Amino acid sequence: MTTLNMEFDLVVIGGGTGGPMAAVKAKEANPRLRVLLIDKANVKRSGAISMGMDGLNNAVIPGHATPEQYVKEITVANDGIVDQEAVMAYAANSFAMIEELDRWGVKFEKDETGDYSVRKVHHLGAYVLPMPEGHHMKRILYRQLKRARVEITNRVVVTRVLTGPDGQVAAVMGFDCRTAELVVIRTKAAVISTGAAGRLGLPSSGYLMGTYENPTNCGDGHAMAFHAGAALANLECFQINPLIKDYNGPACAYVTGPLGGYTANAHGQRFIECDYWSGQMMQEFYNELQSGNGPVFLKLDHLAEETIQEIETILHSNERPSRGRFHEGRGTDYRQKMVEMHISEIGFCSGHSASGIHINARGETSVPGLYAAGDCASVPHNYMLGAFVYGKICGEQAAAFCAETGQAAHDGETEAREAARILAPLQRGDGLTPFQIEYKTRRLVNDYLQPPKVTRKFEIGLQRLAEVREDLGAMSAANPHELMRAMEAHSILDCAEMAARASLFRTESRWGLYHACVDHPERDDANWFCHVLLRRGDSGGMVLEKRAVEPYIVPVDEQERTAYQRLRIAPGTTPAPQAA
Amino acid sequence: MTLATTATQVPVRVDDDKCIAHKGCTVCVDVCPLDVLAIDIVKGKAYMAFDECWYCLPCEQDCPTGAITVDIPYLLR
Repeated sequence: MTTLNMEFDLVVIGGGTGGPMAAVKAKEANPRLRVLLIDKANVKRSGAISMGMDGLNNAVIPGHATPEQYVKEITVANDGIVDQEAVMAYAANSFAMIEELDRWGVKFEKDETGDYSVRKVHHLGAYVLPMPEGHHMKRILYRQLKRARVEITNRVVVTRVLTGPDGQVAAVMGFDCRTAELVVIRTKAAVISTGAAGRLGLPSSGYLMGTYENPTNCGDGHAMAFHAGAALANLECFQINPLIKDYNGPACAYVTGPLGGYTANAHGQRFIECDYWSGQMMQEFYNELQSGNGPVFLKLDHLAEETIQEIETILHSNERPSRGRFHEGRGTDYRQKMVEMHISEIGFCSGHSASGIHINARGETSVPGLYAAGDCASVPHNYMLGAFVYGKICGEQAAAFCAETGQAAHDGETEAREAARILAPLQRGDGLTPFQIEYKTRRLVNDYLQPPKVTRKFEIGLQRLAEVREDLGAMSAANPHELMRAMEAHSILDCAEMAARASLFRTESRWGLYHACVDHPERDDANWFCHVLLRRGDSGGMVLEKRAVEPYIVPVDEQERTAYQRLRIAPGTTPAPQAA
Repeated sequence: MTLATTATQVPVRVDDDKCIAHKGCTVCVDVCPLDVLAIDIVKGKAYMAFDECWYCLPCEQDCPTGAITVDIPYLLR
């Protein structure tokens, strides 16, 4: 097997949302910088927004919201466990990014006066800006990549970031998913923008790739950050999404809420005041599902015909356009029937919750030269616009870092070991298939790691996952494509173990359903008002530690602090269901 | 140890009469995030080689001749 050797100043791993922005901004900062954007799919259609996005969920636009208000909202939605400086770095740069995207040709909804049409979905403030024509996002990003002369390598799966003698970034390693050729790229810096760890739990349909997240986003970045020695934050704060039952897309209350749609129980009644995705909202959703009032639905059947047509146009052409044909197959017409919803399998995704590779307000991880942006990084509730803003921050910071840094040398033995790990499944004539390893890992995640979390179940889960880890040594791949799945199975298993260990460490309940512990049902601010960081210990195992929450820069008063705890509509005050 | 395969109905349908892969077109293969499509060299037509579809639709939307239809996988329907 041959190895392709390359050398760049900066390698951006993942070409979905934050990655292209990081690459473009690094080139803008220094046009002579050698920047490579690498993706295991094709940058033209990769990542969470491969089919575009229907709106901005966290736009901080002057006249509608202030950065301070936004930081407060996100602090409260995360039960206080946030690095406010990092959230502020997003909020303060949010509007400039919207204006830049606008100049690039992204079409945002505007009113008659040309002002942005901001809608309210969050509990406290107004931050949602629709993009009814948002299906063109990837094309716009691709044009910018070409303009900035970013080099692009598609269909290469990155598996590890190799480090130098002082623990700094030295190289990036992976393989071509069509030829299995090994790729070693010497580099001064790297940005990880690999998206969520979305192939952690198993969708109840049993369809392996029927995940909410683009299934390419399987936690490769989380695993490579861990193995490079970087810290990951608050992994016990799982992501769980309210989705269309069986279909892996949102129904979607963010789009329909401002137009009059709402989440309802089987009686067509509202049970939550606010449809913004938070752990507390998911807990109420879960409670309603478990009660006699379930299932839960998205109610649109009371809306006017022209409103429904507008909703269909947006929802059936953006983000997850196949949801239209799913509804058609089930005979669900928004005019007549409420849309049945359910909660998704678990994952890690800071885009909506708070867990990921730990970064500060400059996008830096704890490894020198390593940055992370978007759904895989730890800045909470970042969504698409946060991925863009942090992509920009990471690209600019990495460019500055490269200007002052020499190329570090990595250890040849580590490279050889990784080459052997990658190629092993191809060299085994027979054995367990990647499908079997992945299915079993994810089934164990569902059986033992899904909230409500039970200590004993987590302990058993860890034992069973350790058995699967033994079985990795018997995994075989028949071709380079299967090899990609085999290496992904390694990442998925690493993420499952991280999810379990982080959850066991935090002996309290927090973030609603995301970390609802049966054995520790109460929130315990005295002991657990802190981040939990997970990293690789000297012996290679997972080590956990508490880290103090950074001093607030935007104070939050007591009344505001508990706002997200009061989402449930009190019995007796429920508005009467409206006629269909 | 022998490996068995389980037959399954795949979600991506290709209309061979419309597919122009024999003329060198690889658009659907290029855009698929999961890399599950391939060109049958003998037939000169695109087909779904791996049952790992996310039914995201770039293949269908970007196909220059409208040869592709993506169904919701049976398990979810």
